Amino acid sequence: MGVFDPIIELTKGLGETLRSFLMEPTVTVSYPEEKRPVRPRFRGRHVLKRYDNGLEKCIGCSLCAAACPADAIFVEASENTDEKRFSPGERYASTYEINMLRCIYCGFCEDACPTEAIVLGDNYELSFLNRRDAIYSKDMLLEPVSSENMLTPRKVEAGVFTRSVPEMQNPTD
Amino acid sequence: MSKQVTLTINGKQVTAPEGLTVADAAKLAGVDIPVFCHHPKLEPVGMCRMCLVEIGRPVFDRATGQPVMENGQPKIQFMPKLETACTNRVSEGMVVLTQSEKANDGQRGTVEFLLTSHPLDCPICDKGGECPLQNLTMEHGSGKSRFNYDEKQHLEKMVPLGELIYLDRERCIQCARCIRFQDEVAGEAVLGFDERGRHTQIISISEPGFDSVFSGNTTDICPVGALTTVDFRFGARPWELKAEASICSQCPVGCNTTLNTRREAKAGGEIVVKRVMPRQNEEVNEIWLCDKGRFAYHYTEGKERLTKPMVRKDEKLARASWDNATKTAAENFVANKKDFVVLASGRLSNEDLFNLKSLADTAGGEAILYSDMDGGELTQLVGVGAGTNLGTMGKGDAILVIASDLYEEAPIWWLRVKQAADRGATVIVANPRATKLDRFATYTIRYSYGDELKTINDFEKKSKISDAFTKAKNAVIFYGNEGLGVTGTSVLSSACANLLKETGHTGSANNGLIGVWQRANDQGAFEIGFRPVADLEKALKNKAVYIVGADPVGDDPNLAKALKNVKFVAVQDIRETATTEIADVVFPAQAFTERDGTLISGERRVQRFYAAVPAVGDSKPDYAITAMLAKQMGVILQGTSASVVFDILANSVEALNELTYDALAQVKEQWPLVGRNDVYYGGTTYDNTKGLGVQLIPLAQAGGAVKISKVRKEAALRPKDKELLAVPSNKLYDLGVTVQTAEFLEQRIGETSVAMHPTTAKKFEAAEGQVVKLSFDGVQAEAVVKFDETIGTGVVRIPRSMGIAIREPVVAKVQVKAAAGKAK
Repeated sequence: MGVFDPIIELTKGLGETLRSFLMEPTVTVSYPEEKRPVRPRFRGRHVLKRYDNGLEKCIGCSLCAAACPADAIFVEASENTDEKRFSPGERYASTYEINMLRCIYCGFCEDACPTEAIVLGDNYELSFLNRRDAIYSKDMLLEPVSSENMLTPRKVEAGVFTRSVPEMQNPTD
Repeated sequence: MSKQVTLTINGKQVTAPEGLTVADAAKLAGVDIPVFCHHPKLEPVGMCRMCLVEIGRPVFDRATGQPVMENGQPKIQFMPKLETACTNRVSEGMVVLTQSEKANDGQRGTVEFLLTSHPLDCPICDKGGECPLQNLTMEHGSGKSRFNYDEKQHLEKMVPLGELIYLDRERCIQCARCIRFQDEVAGEAVLGFDERGRHTQIISISEPGFDSVFSGNTTDICPVGALTTVDFRFGARPWELKAEASICSQCPVGCNTTLNTRREAKAGGEIVVKRVMPRQNEEVNEIWLCDKGRFAYHYTEGKERLTKPMVRKDEKLARASWDNATKTAAENFVANKKDFVVLASGRLSNEDLFNLKSLADTAGGEAILYSDMDGGELTQLVGVGAGTNLGTMGKGDAILVIASDLYEEAPIWWLRVKQAADRGATVIVANPRATKLDRFATYTIRYSYGDELKTINDFEKKSKISDAFTKAKNAVIFYGNEGLGVTGTSVLSSACANLLKETGHTGSANNGLIGVWQRANDQGAFEIGFRPVADLEKALKNKAVYIVGADPVGDDPNLAKALKNVKFVAVQDIRETATTEIADVVFPAQAFTERDGTLISGERRVQRFYAAVPAVGDSKPDYAITAMLAKQMGVILQGTSASVVFDILANSVEALNELTYDALAQVKEQWPLVGRNDVYYGGTTYDNTKGLGVQLIPLAQAGGAVKISKVRKEAALRPKDKELLAVPSNKLYDLGVTVQTAEFLEQRIGETSVAMHPTTAKKFEAAEGQVVKLSFDGVQAEAVVKFDETIGTGVVRIPRSMGIAIREPVVAKVQVKAAAGKAK
C-alpha cells in the first residue's frame, strides 16, 4: 500500500459527493416552510364534501360511524326543509363529530359513505393541546365554500332537492 | 291441544298443530321461510309471493283411499309450480322444500320484482338496519336486476297519513300488513288501498288521518320503511340503539315495553330514550302497544324535571342538600305527628308505595291513595284468578264492561276484549253513552248516570243478558269510573264483586273482577294498603302532608285551597308542577326510565321494569328518598336498592308472599316467535327476555273466605232548574303530566269540550261549538259544547284532566257565554 493510497481513496469519495451535489436533484424538503404534495389516495384528515351548488353531501346516515372500527365517528340526523336546507333530500347531519385521537385513518368511512360525502383529505397536520380539541365537529370538517351564497343552511326553491342519494359513479382516482 | 300432523320440511320430519300454515310450521321447526305480507297475528293473504316453496302431498289411491306406495315410501306428488307457504295449511305427510333450486329461484325472482320500484334509499330510511326487505334482499336477492331503473316510480317522499305516522309511497311494497292490522286486529278500518296496479298506494280513509290509537303498531309490522313514526323520524339508526326492558306507566294494562336509548348531542350529550317499542307478552299486550304508551314517554325528560332538593326560605324555594331537605321535612312531620298524611298516587312503583306505607304506619300517619276510584280491596278478593289470559277467552265466555270506556282508558284491554268478541265471547257493554266497544258487543246496556248499581242488580233478574253472563263458562267484569267518584266506584265494585260471587265466577283463571284504574299501579297501591278517600279536601285540611307523585294543586282548585291551609307540605315528584310551587320542601325523584322497580297491573300481574337511562341531576328513586326521610324521623326503612325493598314487601304483604325479583324475571317460550334476528316474520317487536311477570292469586282462588260488604245505595243528586248533573269521564290523551309533554300529541289532546244531549243544550240555548260557563263546587270553568245524542238529558259530561276539575258527579250551574261579538 502506497503512501498516497488514502488520499486517492478520499478524493474518490469526495468526488462522489461532488458528483451527487452537482448532478442529482435535492430531495430534502424544508418542512414546514415547504410541503411535499401527497399521493392521490393519501389518507389524511377528513373533509365533508359539498356539491357544486354548495349543499352538503352528507345526509347523516351514520353508515361511516357503523363502519368505523375505532368508533371515532358520532352522527346525529335531523330533517331538512326548503326554508333551511343543508343537503338535498329529507335528511342532513345535525351533528357530525370525529375523534381524531381515535381515528386510525383506515378510510372505511369513505368506503361506507353512500354519497361520497366523507373523504380522507391531504391534511396530515393535526395537533391538539387537549383531548377535547381532538374532537372535530361538523363546522371544522366541512369543506369551505367559495362564495357567500353557497353557505348552508340556506333557503332554496321548493320541491327541487328531493333526493338524498345521487346516482353513483365509479371512483375516478 | 289441537291435532298434530307430521310433515317433512327440507328433509327434516316435524310435527305441527293442524291448521297452521306451512310458513308458521316451518318457523316452529326452526326453518326460515322468507315472508313479507304474512304475519303470524294476521290472516294469510298471499300477496307478496315471497314465501314460494315446493310443496308435495302424498298420493292417495282413489279406490281404496290408501296412500300409493313407491319403493316402500308413500308417493309424493309435487305441484307443477311453486306454492305460497303462507296460504297453505299443513297436512299429514306433506313434503316441503324451501331451499331447492326451484324455490330459491322463485324467491329470488320475487325480490327482483319487489325492487323494481323500491327507491333503495336505505341510508336515510328509519327502518334501515332492521328492515325485512333489506335483510331478505341480502339473503335471497340476485344482486343484479334485469329491470330498467329509469322506470322506477318517483313520488313525493313523505306523506303524513296522520299526525303520528308518515308514509313513503315509494318504499311501500303493497303487502297490506298495515291495512290488515287495522281491519282484523284493531277493528278500525282507517287505511285502504287507492289506485291499482303499479300505482297502488296506501291512503288513510279517516278524518283526522289515521284515526286510531293503535297506529304505531303498523310501523312495527311494516316490512319496509314505508310507515315510520313522527317521534322517531331520523332519530337514530336502529343498530346504534341499546334496549332495556320496561313496563308502560300510562295505564293499568301494564304493557311490556322495550326502551331504546342512545347518547344524544341534542340532549346535551346525555343518554336519552329514543323510542318505546312493544315487548312480547302474550298474556298482557301480545306484541302490540297503544300510541299513548309509544309516544307519551317524553314527560320523563325536559327542563321541568326536578334535579335538586329544594327548601322554602323567605317565601322562596331555594336549592338545598339532601340532608338539609330531608331534615327540614322530618322535623316538621315529627312536630305534627298526629296530623301526618301521606298522599301518593299509583304512578309510583310497589317499592315506593311500600316504603311510604311503612313510614305512615310507623309514624302514626294516614296513607291516602290519590285516585278517584275505589274497589281495590275487592279485586284482591275476587280479582281475576292466576293464569288469566284474555287472549284465551272466546266462545262460551262472557266479558262485562261497566262504567268504563276501555278505548279511552286502557286501549290494549279494548283490543283484547274486541278480539275475544271476535272469537265468540259474549261481550256486554254497560255505559251511559255510546263507546267504541259497542260495535263489537253482543249486548249493549245504556243506563243513566247514577244507575250503575241498578244495572248490576238487574243481572239478578232473568233476562237474555243476565242469562248469557250467569251461564258463561268464564266471566270477567271490567269496571271503571265513568261518571263516578270514589263513593260511586266503591258501591259499583261491591255490586260487581257480589254478582261474580253469586254467579260463581270467582277464584279461577279467566274469572273475576278487573278495575280499570286511572294509573298504572293503583292496584299495587291497594295491595300495599293505600286507600282513596271520598273527601280529600277534608283529609288534607290542617295536616302535615307528604305528597308523592301527584299534582293535586294543578288538578283541582279545591284541593289547592285545602293545601293552602296545611301545616306543612313536602312534595316528591319528577317534574315541576303546581303542587311543587306551593311546597315547603321539594324532593326530586327519578322517573321510571331511570330506575328499576315493579308495578302491578289491573289483572294483578306483578311486573318488573329496569333502569334504561342515567338519573337526572341529583334525583333519587322514590323508595330511597322515603327511606332517607324516614331515617331523619327515626324510622328505619330499606332504601339501598329496589330488590331489597321488594324482598321485605314480599314478606310483609300476604298476596305477594314469596315472590322474588328472580321469579318476575322468568320467561318461557311464547308463540309466535318474534323479535329474533328475523324482523321480517313478526315485525320489530322485541322478544321478551327480561320477565313475563307473575299473576297474584286472589283470595277466592287461594281458598279464603270471601266476604263482601253489603252495598249501600247513595242518594242520587238532583239538579234543579238551570242546573245540570256534571259527570266525569276519561279521555286517553288528556292534559295530564304524562301526556301533555309530547308535542305531537297536541292535536289528539284537542280543546276542552263538554258533552251534552242536544235537547239539554237547547234548553240552555247552547249551540254546538259554543262556549259555556260551568260553575260547581268552587270550580269555575269554560268549555266548548259538543253534542252527544247517546247520553241522557240533564247531564253534562266533563272529561277528567282537561282543565276542569271534576272528581265525582256534582250538580253544576250552566251559563251560555255570550259570543264575543255580542258582548260588545
